[in-house]
Amino acid sequence: MQAGTLSTFLKRGAIWGFILLELVFFTVAGEFLSLSEKAFMDLDNMLLLFKQSAPIGIIAMGMTIIMVNGNIDLSVGATYALSAIVLLDSMTWPIFGGMGDWAIPMAWLAALATGTLLGALNGLIVWKTGVDAFIVTLGSMLGYRGLVFMYNGEQPTSHLNWTLVDFAEAQFLGIHTATWFLLAVTAAIWFLMNRTVHGRNAYAIGDNREAAVNAGIKVGPHMMINFMIIGFLAALSAVVFYSESGSVNPNDGELYELWVITAVVLGGTKLTGGAGSIVSTFGGVLAIQLLRKGLSHIGADTETVNLVIGLILIAVLFLDRQLNLKGKEELKT
Amino acid sequence: MAHITKRDLGGQIARQGILIAFVLFMVGFSLANARFLDPDNIMGVVRSSAILGVMALGVTFVVISGNLDLSVGSMMSFSTIVVLDLHDKIGPTLAIPAMFAMTLCLGAFIGFLVGYLKLNSLIVTLGMLSAIHGLTLTYSGGQNMDIADKEGTWFSVFGQGEIIGIPVPILLFALLAAVLGIGLAKTPFGRKVYAVGGNGTAATFSGIPRARVVFSCYLVSAFCVATAGLIQASRSLGSQNTVGQGLELEVLAAVILGGASLMGGSGTIFKTVIGVLILGFIQNGLLLVGLQFYVQYVVTWVIIILAVWLDIAAKRGRLWSPIA
Repeated sequence: MQAGTLSTFLKRGAIWGFILLELVFFTVAGEFLSLSEKAFMDLDNMLLLFKQSAPIGIIAMGMTIIMVNGNIDLSVGATYALSAIVLLDSMTWPIFGGMGDWAIPMAWLAALATGTLLGALNGLIVWKTGVDAFIVTLGSMLGYRGLVFMYNGEQPTSHLNWTLVDFAEAQFLGIHTATWFLLAVTAAIWFLMNRTVHGRNAYAIGDNREAAVNAGIKVGPHMMINFMIIGFLAALSAVVFYSESGSVNPNDGELYELWVITAVVLGGTKLTGGAGSIVSTFGGVLAIQLLRKGLSHIGADTETVNLVIGLILIAVLFLDRQLNLKGKEELKT
Repeated sequence: MAHITKRDLGGQIARQGILIAFVLFMVGFSLANARFLDPDNIMGVVRSSAILGVMALGVTFVVISGNLDLSVGSMMSFSTIVVLDLHDKIGPTLAIPAMFAMTLCLGAFIGFLVGYLKLNSLIVTLGMLSAIHGLTLTYSGGQNMDIADKEGTWFSVFGQGEIIGIPVPILLFALLAAVLGIGLAKTPFGRKVYAVGGNGTAATFSGIPRARVVFSCYLVSAFCVATAGLIQASRSLGSQNTVGQGLELEVLAAVILGGASLMGGSGTIFKTVIGVLILGFIQNGLLLVGLQFYVQYVVTWVIIILAVWLDIAAKRGRLWSPIA
């Protein structure tokens, strides 16, 4: 076994080890503390867990590429809300009025186009003005939220379409529609990151931008495509969630960016860019959702979740740094 | 005799862009609505900006030192809830120092993680945003916090009182801005903050204790947050757990609008105050013109990006980014 393989293995596997720990802990603790008769590792419970991870998880896949590329996107929550409004509102537009159930795919397309467009706008501004993505998306987080409010004031936008609800609540092979979407997005983004030129360039740009430019990689278009992808995925996440719920408040999706970034960082993606893996992000998403479910299963206040997740995030950062320091010292000797 | 070329002039305009924009806004709004420049209105705007402003003063220190603080919003909720709770339990005279001590402890914890352990400030304060929010909810049991006897307490002086006709929140904001402004511009500590943010490695080699400076910046930030929490608690004498939610980003917007670079090393207290006032007056002006409160979000978005873009463009000497 080569030196360093173990530490790489530890780092790659850390998130799965953490998930395993959570499962064991909540199963055992649940036996003593839980008020319900049901076991934590119940199949229905686990299937629900996947379904509930979908909204955050789908966006987290996009955030992974953005962060690997060395950027960040704080506007995903607002993009999510605006796409959701377009989704629900467009079904009542007169042009789709005579189309019956064909209005559904049209509404989906409208919502996805909205998300992609908002992402493209972010990307274009980052590319053309050279302003840091953090500032650009901090601004558009406010701006897009303003658009959400301007669309329908402070009123919720509601439209319940039963065909759509049936579709969203369906279980194909026992797995919920939302979970299928999450799995499909994970697979697609994994392929994009690991098997395409675009993915490799994204890593290269995030790792060393100067070198990437010198190697002839066009940094701007790649960044813009990544912002379009995350916009699209934020909209897709809204499509998956609001097809079922049928009503969106103008405040929906607030703080989503924080949950998404937490999941991605737990999965080991570096903020500085150049490193990160889709599979680990998937683990990060599951770990957060497990923690939420597990804590409520053992009867802890839902409030505790915030406290625990915050501290875990910091602990992960600390451990990661310790491991990296050790690696560097090994290199020196 | 210096010759002013066209390009210098453009650069100057871009550099002072934020002040020029501010003046244009004031002129525009006062033409649109005569009440805008009314002293009462101006006083009202500054007063309602005071909480945001006090927090922005502290965050300016953190940003100049090259770090971020996303936890100020939930930390402000925490101090508001704590001081309201302790007010009825141990009386305001003890509640206020106790709350300051607890908030400073949180600030010290963040400062330790970012300064001494050198962890990434974005993630640390993101984690603390969540953790302190949880702490507040656990502390209050998820309940709103209210003072029992709202009429008979002198505690309301910080949020509602007036001294020689000037509201106390404005006085606190002005006092803190003056002290911190002088501290940042004229003292050795202030120069160290710029040095650490401008070039951390160079600062370390010049014998500046980077860790201690960063740690102190987070303490300053926590102190400002505690003051903001005090004003908030005293103004409403009752509060929800989420009173500060989302403020961290508005604060950051004000600091950026003031021209502080997120890379660290630049920015001043004066500019931050201007940034805070711009946000406040835009909000007020749009309301007076008859627009809804959420229009300001869109306007703020455009202004932030334009302000930072012009600043960068002036520094690199061309408008569009050279990224291929």
